[in-house]
Amino acid sequence: MRVDVMIIGAGAAGMAAAIKAKEEGAEVLLVERDDRTGGILNQCIHNGFGLHYFKQELTGPEYAERFQEKMDKLGIKAVTNAYVKQIGNREVILVTEKGIERIEVGALVYAVGARERPFGSLMIPGDRPSGIFTAGVAQRLINIENHLPGKRALILGSGDIGLIMARRLVLEGMEVVGVVERLPYPGGLLRNVVQCLEDYDIPLYLSSTVVEVRGRERLEEVVVAKVDESFNPIPGTEKVFKIDTLVVSAGLIPQLKLVDSLVNKNPTSKGVATSNIGQTSTDWIFSAGNCTAVFDLVDYVTYEGETAGKYAAKFVKGEVKGGRIPIKPGKNAAVVHPLWYIPIEPLTLYIRVKRPMEKGRLVAGKFERVFEDLVPSEMLRVRIPDRYLEGLDEIVVSIEEVI
Amino acid sequence: MKAVVIGAGVFGALVARELTRYDLEVTLIEKNLDVGWGVTKANSAIVHAGYDDPPETVRARFCAKGNAMYEELSKELDFEFKRVGSFVVAFNDEELKELERLLKQGEKNGVPGLRILERDELLSMEPSLNPEIKYALYAPTAGITEPWMVAIAAVENAVKNGLKLVLGERVTGFEKANGRVKKVITDKNEYEADIVINCAGLYADEIAKMAGVEYVPIHPRKGEYILLDKKLQGLVRRVIFPAPTKISKGILVLPTVDGGILLGPTAEDLPQDMKDRPITTREGLEKVRSFTKRLVPSIDLSLAIKTFSGLRPESPQKDFFIGVSESVKNFVNVMATRSPGLTAAPAVAKYVVEELIQEKMKLQLMKKESFDPHREGIKRYASLPLEEWQKEIEKDPRAGRMVCFCNEVTEKEIVEAIRRGARTLDGIKFRTRAMFGRCQGGFCMVKIMKILARELGVDICEIRMNSKGSWVVNGKVRE
Ligand SMILES: Cc1cc2nc3c(=O)[nH]c(=O)nc-3n(C[C@H](O)[C@H](O)[C@H](O)COP(=O)(O)OP(=O)(O)OC[C@H]3O[C@@H](n4cnc5c(N)ncnc54)[C@H](O)[C@@H]3O)c2cc1C
Ligand SMILES: Cc1cc2nc3c(=O)[nH]c(=O)nc-3n(C[C@H](O)[C@H](O)[C@H](O)COP(=O)(O)OP(=O)(O)OC[C@H]3O[C@@H](n4cnc5c(N)ncnc54)[C@H](O)[C@@H]3O)c2cc1C
Repeated sequence: MRVDVMIIGAGAAGMAAAIKAKEEGAEVLLVERDDRTGGILNQCIHNGFGLHYFKQELTGPEYAERFQEKMDKLGIKAVTNAYVKQIGNREVILVTEKGIERIEVGALVYAVGARERPFGSLMIPGDRPSGIFTAGVAQRLINIENHLPGKRALILGSGDIGLIMARRLVLEGMEVVGVVERLPYPGGLLRNVVQCLEDYDIPLYLSSTVVEVRGRERLEEVVVAKVDESFNPIPGTEKVFKIDTLVVSAGLIPQLKLVDSLVNKNPTSKGVATSNIGQTSTDWIFSAGNCTAVFDLVDYVTYEGETAGKYAAKFVKGEVKGGRIPIKPGKNAAVVHPLWYIPIEPLTLYIRVKRPMEKGRLVAGKFERVFEDLVPSEMLRVRIPDRYLEGLDEIVVSIEEVI
Repeated sequence: MKAVVIGAGVFGALVARELTRYDLEVTLIEKNLDVGWGVTKANSAIVHAGYDDPPETVRARFCAKGNAMYEELSKELDFEFKRVGSFVVAFNDEELKELERLLKQGEKNGVPGLRILERDELLSMEPSLNPEIKYALYAPTAGITEPWMVAIAAVENAVKNGLKLVLGERVTGFEKANGRVKKVITDKNEYEADIVINCAGLYADEIAKMAGVEYVPIHPRKGEYILLDKKLQGLVRRVIFPAPTKISKGILVLPTVDGGILLGPTAEDLPQDMKDRPITTREGLEKVRSFTKRLVPSIDLSLAIKTFSGLRPESPQKDFFIGVSESVKNFVNVMATRSPGLTAAPAVAKYVVEELIQEKMKLQLMKKESFDPHREGIKRYASLPLEEWQKEIEKDPRAGRMVCFCNEVTEKEIVEAIRRGARTLDGIKFRTRAMFGRCQGGFCMVKIMKILARELGVDICEIRMNSKGSWVVNGKVRE
C-alpha cells in the first residue's frame, strides 16, 4: 500500500496534521495505537482547552471531538489499535489485528506525544509496594476507568498535571495530604496553584522531595524532606506522611523510540528537532506536538500539527523548497523550538526561560520584546515577523533580564 | 511414595522438576501467590563460570557443574540464557595478583577457557571500560539469564509431568513419628510426606527448626541495584566485575538478557528480622553509582528506569548447607543458598535426587517413561519474522494487538500468561516482560488489569500487584 502522508499518533497534533494534509489534497493515513483518537485529551476532563483556538473553554474530550467531527466530514478514518513496528526508508511496518502491512509513504508526520517519567527512574529509596502511580495512570483510572487509586494521597511534582490531579482526587472523595515540589517555586501555572490547591486547602511543600517510601504490600507511608539547592535532602527535616497512594507527576518525556536513529534531536526540549514547518533533519519525516517539545497548551499543539500536516502534503507535491536558517538557544533559554527557519512560512517561536524573571527582554535575530513575569512553567509563544529575520545566517534566541 | 518440596524458588523448582522424572507423587508448596518471587526474583542473574569459589567449598563443587548444565536446560525449558562471558578487571599489579589467584582457583574448579587479557585486547572487546584498566581475567563460560524464568519454566514443566503445585500456603509445622516427618502442615492444609526437601531460601533455617533438624542460621545480606534503559544496549557485552575483595564479588556492570544494563549489587549484612524488607537506600544506590562509574565512566544515571534490592540467604560459613538430616531421616536441607545459587541450582537438584535421596536415603526410585523434559515458552510475537507473525495474527487477532509498547507484548501473550497461572500484575510482568520496560507500565498497566479481570472473571478491584495486601484500585468513583 502507498499513501501520500502517513500520520503516526492521533492526539491533538496528529488529528490536526491529518486534517490539513487532506485539505492540501494529500491522501492520508492516520494510525493510532490506542483504541480511540484524542490522545491525552481523552483523560483530561477538566475545562481549560481551546481558549486560543476556539476562543472558548472546552474539556479535553470536547476539544478532541471537534477535530474528530472535522475528520469525519473530510472522510479521514483513523486506524486504531495499530502498532508501528518500524519506520524504514519511506516505509512503515504497521501491525494491527488484521495483520501486518508495509506502507510506502511520500511523507510521514510523527506525532506520538510524550510519556511520563516513571517512579522507578527517580531512584527514590525504600520498599516497592503497590499504590504508586504516575499522574497519567491515576488520571486514566479515575476519568476513564471509573476507579479510585486509593484513599489518602500525596502528590510528588507540582507541574500542571500534578496540580490538576490533586484537585481531581479531592473532588472524587480522596484525601490529599499535600503536593511536594523539589524546586523553590511551583512547576505549574499560577492559575492552577490557586484553582487546584489553594481553593481546596491542599498544602504545597516547596524545596522538598520524597526521600523514602515504605510499605510491605501496599504503600503505608512516605518520608518527605527539605532539599538544598542541589536537591540533596537536608537531614533533620524529615516528615512522615501516612498515605496509601503516591501520585508521581515528575514530568513528560517526548517519545523518540521509532525515529531515534532517523532524525536529529532538539537538545533543549529533548524532543524531535524540527523546522518552523515541522520538517525534521530527514526531509520526508515531519513531526509535531509533545514529541517535539512538551507544550502547556493544546492549542499550540494544534497549530504545530496543522503546519506539519500542510507542509508534509506540500513536500509530497515537491513544493517545499529553500534553505534552512539555524535557530540557536542563547542566554537564559531553557527550551527553544523550532530549531530551523525556512522562510516559506512565518516563524513562531516557543520558548521556556531557565529561571523566573520579573522582566526579561526576548531577543531573536533582530527582533526584541520585553515580557513580564516570566516563569519556566509558562511557555512563551511569539510570532516573529519575517522582516526581523531577513539576511540572517543564524537566529540566536536569548532572554536578557531587565532590572 | 510422596515427596513434598517447600519453596518455589530456583532450587525448589528444579528439585521438584527433577523429582517428577520418577514415579513419585510430588507436591511443591509456596507461600507466595506465584513461583520465583523470593530471592530468585532479585539478583544479578549471572550464571557464574566458577572461578570464584574456594575449591574446598560446596559452592565450588556445584558452580561450574551447574554452569555446564545451563545450555541444555535453557533449551529444554525454553528460557533465555546467553553465554556472554565475564571479565574481572585489574587497575594495577596488585589486583593482577588477585586475577592470577582466581585463574588458578578456577582451573582447580574445572572452569574451562580462563585467561588473562591485557589492556589492548580487553578494551577492543569492551570499548566502554575505563582505559585505566590494565588486565582482565576473561571467563568465556559465564552467562546471563532470567532467574525467575528458570523457576517458572521448571515448575511449568514439572506440572506437565505430574507435579502438584500449591501456591499461597505457608508451611507452619510438621507432624513427625519414629524420627521421620509424616506430614507437612501449612496454614490451610496438611500433606502426607515420605520425603521432604526444604528449599525455603531465606526461611530455610526456620523451616528446619520447625522440623527439628540441623540448620545454619540464615541472615539476609542485601544487594541493591540500578537498572538502566535498553537504549544503552551494548554499553558492555560481558559481565564486568572489579577485582574481588574479602567481602564480595564487588559491584558490577552487566547486560540483562533483554538488552538493559544492570548495575550492582551492594553487600550489606542485615539482622535476621529483615528477611522481608528488601529496601533500597540512598547510601546503597550512591555506592552502586560511584563504584560502577569507575568501571564504565560513561554510565548515565538519567537513563535509570528502576532500582531494587535482593537479599542473599547468607550463613556464618558463607557456604551452601545441603544434606540429608542426621536426626530426621527423610528430610533434606537445601540451605544458605547464597551466590552462586542460581548457577549451582541445576547441579544441586540432580545431586539431591540422585545422590541424597536415592543413594544416601537408599530409596529406590523408578524412572517414569512418560517424563517429557520439554517446555515451550510463551511465544514472543514481535520477535518473530514478519511472515510468521502475520500467520499467527491470521490464526488469532490478539497476536496483533500490542499491549506493552516498550517491550512489545501482545494481548495474546498476556492471555497465555494467565492461562499458565499468572494471577497478578507481577505474574504477568515476570512471564511476559510487559510493564518491565522504559515506561514501567505507564501505558499498559491499566489495560493489563482489565485483561486480568476479564480473563479471571473478577472485578478490577480484586487485582493485586503481587501479594494479597497489594491492592491496586479501591472501588468505583461513582456507581
Ligand atoms: C494532564 C494534562 C493536563 C493538561 N491540561 C491542559 C489544559 O488545561 N489546557 C491545554 O490547553 N492543554 C493542556 N494539556 C496539554 C495538551 O493537552 C497536550 O500537550 C496535547 O494534547 C498533546 O497532544 P499530542 O498530540 O502532542 O500528544 P498526545 O495527546 O499524547 O497524542 C499522541 C498520540 O499518539 C499515539 N501514539 C503514540 N505512539 C504511537 C505509535 N507508535 N503508533 C501509533 N500511535 C501512537 C498515542 O496513543 C496518542 O494518542 C494538558 C496535558 C496533560 C497531560
Ligand atoms: C543480591 C544477590 C545477587 C545474586 N547474584 C547471583 C548471581 O549472579 N548468580 C548466582 O548464581 N546466584 C546469585 N545469587 C544467589 C541466588 O539468587 C540464590 O541462590 C537463589 O535465587 C536462591 O534460590 P532459593 O530457591 O534458595 O530461594 P528463594 O528464591 O527465596 O525461594 C525460596 C522460596 O521459599 C518460599 N518459602 C519460604 N518460607 C516458606 C514457607 N514457610 N512455606 C512455603 N514457602 C516458603 C519463599 O516464598 C520462596 O519463594 C544472588 C543473590 C542475591 C540476593
